[in-house]
Amino acid sequence: MLDKKEANRKNLVSLVAVLAFLAVVLLLDQIIAPTSKLYMLLTVLQKGSVYALAAVSMNLLNGFTGLFSLGHAGFMLIGAYTYAIFSIPSDARDTVYQYFDAAVRVSLPEVLGNAIGAFGTALGVLLAVLLAGLVAAVFAYLIGLPVLRLKSDYLAIATLGFAEIIRAIFQWKKLGPVTNGSNLLKNFARCSTFKLSLGGATVSLSTFVPVLIATVCIALIVLLVNSTYGRAFKAIRDDEVAAEAMGINLARHKMLAFCTSCFFAGVSGATMAMVLSIAQANNFKSAMTYEILLMVVLGGIGSISGSVIGALLFISASEWWLRGLDSGSFLGITAPTVFRNGFRLVVFSIIIMIVVLFFRKGIMGDRELPEALAGLRRKRAKKAEEVTGRE
Amino acid sequence: MSEKKNVLRLDNVTMQFGGVVAVDDLSMEVNEGEIVALIGPNGAGKTTAFNAITGVYEPTNGMVSFLGKPIVRNHPQGKMKKQYKGSDAEKFANEPVLNPTPDRITALGMARTFQNIRLWKTQTVFDNVLIAKHMRRTSGFLSATFRANRAEEEAQRAEVRELLRIVELEDVSDELATSLPYGKQRRLEIARALATKPQLLMLDEPAAGMNPQETDELTAFIGRIRSEFGMTILLIEHHMDLVMDISDRIYVIDFGKLIASGTPEEIQNNQRVIDAYLGVDDDA
Repeated sequence: MLDKKEANRKNLVSLVAVLAFLAVVLLLDQIIAPTSKLYMLLTVLQKGSVYALAAVSMNLLNGFTGLFSLGHAGFMLIGAYTYAIFSIPSDARDTVYQYFDAAVRVSLPEVLGNAIGAFGTALGVLLAVLLAGLVAAVFAYLIGLPVLRLKSDYLAIATLGFAEIIRAIFQWKKLGPVTNGSNLLKNFARCSTFKLSLGGATVSLSTFVPVLIATVCIALIVLLVNSTYGRAFKAIRDDEVAAEAMGINLARHKMLAFCTSCFFAGVSGATMAMVLSIAQANNFKSAMTYEILLMVVLGGIGSISGSVIGALLFISASEWWLRGLDSGSFLGITAPTVFRNGFRLVVFSIIIMIVVLFFRKGIMGDRELPEALAGLRRKRAKKAEEVTGRE
Repeated sequence: MSEKKNVLRLDNVTMQFGGVVAVDDLSMEVNEGEIVALIGPNGAGKTTAFNAITGVYEPTNGMVSFLGKPIVRNHPQGKMKKQYKGSDAEKFANEPVLNPTPDRITALGMARTFQNIRLWKTQTVFDNVLIAKHMRRTSGFLSATFRANRAEEEAQRAEVRELLRIVELEDVSDELATSLPYGKQRRLEIARALATKPQLLMLDEPAAGMNPQETDELTAFIGRIRSEFGMTILLIEHHMDLVMDISDRIYVIDFGKLIASGTPEEIQNNQRVIDAYLGVDDDA
């Protein structure tokens, strides 16, 4: 009974922390102007939330179910395209599909917006995001049927191959009426236009929306991981033979994990399209999958908060803190001959090597943030006790 | 004996790997409430027989029935067909092949432990048992994620606590499974198998690697499981003390073939069993 109260208290604390975070983001969204130097913070939050969701969904597969899959960029591509295609407004359609005759003539935000007003537009965006996830999950199911029979490295290679095939197919000229061939999709509902009009004041939502989507999805993944299915996934990761002998249907549960992970990858792809204002197949190369894998490893395989921290650190470093390495001056040192285009990647690689060599378990290992904080507090209390004991 | 319900029955089970016949035409049965032991020297094919019963392997020939229903059945296929031509192995040639995966067999009510302990390493003692309850859930994926199955979850947790109390592991329930001493890990594995609510418990060398004292404790423990749960048990074992102490009947196999069966006294005095274990002096 006491345990239950304690658990309820902890859940409440987490909930309050998350809501406080969202409130701060909403506030930052209002006070930081696009011209401000701090605007980079918003960019980091936008991109960071996209990648955090992608990293967490990959962790669900690689870290919690033990299925080493490298197809994430492909499923994000599907999500981004689905979202873009179903939210291009009708008057922009002809400029976007300039070489093709657009086949999909539905814009969910527009249709619902015309029917029930501003709320409908928001609902339409939401539906398009959900659709993006669902389409990615359907593709995942079809690819999973043959691929999930494979294990470890073989699975990684097969999923990597499928991701590249998806990218090639989406650029195929014959599919131009749907995917716009190798041209990019644009002019759809995007973050920079998200606003809320309250009375006379307008509230900017351009950072809040992607952060909110990522937060809700990650919360769902946390719930899943701690449910009976999440425990079954962990059992499969720890010992497949024992899991099967204890009545866990391997094929079904692996498929569930794969489709769920890809659903959230699709949502994250849709959010990425929203943030970047464009969707182009060429952006979703396997290098993107490696970046996401890197975030997962940095944060700790099997830790959701680790993946989030890893993603935010990665994006902050590559978009913000290490920018100077590419553009001439870094930390006050101006050396255009050394700090030029590409040098950032050199430094980045070295950092990664150091992490992989010396911090193999990543930042969080397989612990979660509340656990790690509680551990830290206990350690400090112990130290304090020792000090008073000595006196 | 014949009035008792038949729990497990093997008919002519043969398991051949290439040229090696690991289990050769094995027929046996386990009745309700019995503790039956399957013994034999190293490499006799005991674990292979186990794996053929639990769906890990697909037997080359033969049928396994559980509670009167056939659950595994096969007849020689492909190249093997020629080899078994004319033998009574063609008995099942016209019956449909049954080859369910291990999880389906566990769902029917047959749970096993492993010779080399296979606990879920990163999970606590409590979670190891709780995960075994996953199979008996009725809630779907979404309702579990959105916590609509709270009642079921609580009921399962209560059952796990009760089970851990019975096997005397409640005081370590929050520790990592792998941090337990060897004897307790064995007990946990048995508890995990019991959590799937089986009608037949199959123990693969439960006393492997145990010292005499741990073996004694295990013997008492298995006896208690039978009396508390009314469990039918099939075990493979090397420790003769344990086998002779608790078994109602014993089957002995050597080189995959059944060489003797009967009560512990009968087996102890069976010349063929003694020869198989001690070896026969060819010069004599």
